[in-house]
Amino acid sequence: MVKRVVVGAHYGLRDWLVQRVTAVAMAVYLLLMIGVLAAQPSLDYAAWTALFHAPLLRVATLLFFVSLLLHAWVGVRDILMDYVHLTGVRLFLQALVVLVLAAYAAWFAEILWGA
Amino acid sequence: MTTKTMQFSIYRYDPDKDKKPYMQDITVEIDSSDRKLLDAMVKLKAQDDSIAFRRSCREGVCGSDAMNINGKNGLACLTELDGLKQPVVLRPLPGLPVIRDLIVDMTQFFKQYHSIKPYLVNDDPPPERERLQSPEDREELNGLYECILCACCSTSCPSFWWNPDKFVGPAGLLQAYRFIADTRDQATNDRLDDLEDPYRLFRCHSIMNCVDVCPKNLNPTLAIGKIKELLVRRTV
Repeated sequence: MVKRVVVGAHYGLRDWLVQRVTAVAMAVYLLLMIGVLAAQPSLDYAAWTALFHAPLLRVATLLFFVSLLLHAWVGVRDILMDYVHLTGVRLFLQALVVLVLAAYAAWFAEILWGA
Repeated sequence: MTTKTMQFSIYRYDPDKDKKPYMQDITVEIDSSDRKLLDAMVKLKAQDDSIAFRRSCREGVCGSDAMNINGKNGLACLTELDGLKQPVVLRPLPGLPVIRDLIVDMTQFFKQYHSIKPYLVNDDPPPERERLQSPEDREELNGLYECILCACCSTSCPSFWWNPDKFVGPAGLLQAYRFIADTRDQATNDRLDDLEDPYRLFRCHSIMNCVDVCPKNLNPTLAIGKIKELLVRRTV
């Protein structure tokens, strides 16, 4: 194969925007959670489970996790694109990151909706 | 005339003679008329004419004498001797191949600059006199057209160090925005298409090293932000 530098995939704006938007979403959620937790008189197991039985908080937490995963994907992919210059290795690592993040997604769902 | 001595530590490398680069300690007598680092370097060169560096206009317009001065990129001709910590450590611009001593190979840098088509694209027949712009439209080009392509910014940018062949770099992107912002240019969309790329534009992580070092006090990060803003505006 010819060794030419190829560049020009013509994408990237969406990922960059996703990174910005999810950052804001996570910041809002964190402030919200600090407020919610500070308002609890006690934080024992019963209070904690009761809190997360509220559908609104569950949905907000799910959105937070989704934001976290998307943010992590863009960020880690950026690091790999910066430092890993062998295409095969980069592709392998990126695929690995996607699989790990997908596993985390399943785990998050299990935590939120599991027994 | 009062004279004083200044200590320098200079990066030396002559690929024909030296196995690897080394730092040379050298002392130079400067007098009160020597104000800028370049003045001292000219004296240095008179003492030891084997030291190689680029210089031309000696007033911050040509951009030839960009180098790494005490760890920070800058132009020797604009750097005041007063206040420089001694020994003054002079190294070539980081991230580019060294040809000799403080002279680097700028090929990659100019390749990226040329890739953004740094010229006005306008297919209309030129009018009898110049293509006019309103003063407000012209205002947007301030802080963009002043770039002298000294490469201080791009060679202080880690993203450019890691991907100099793919990332346009702050200097190139500042110039890209200079033509995107120009109301006389008709290739805005093509220019944005070309830049909408994970490597060419989005290797910039806004760490602002470029702003920190620019000897002309320009702001490539702001220009890059405006390119991203235009991309958002035409997309969402």
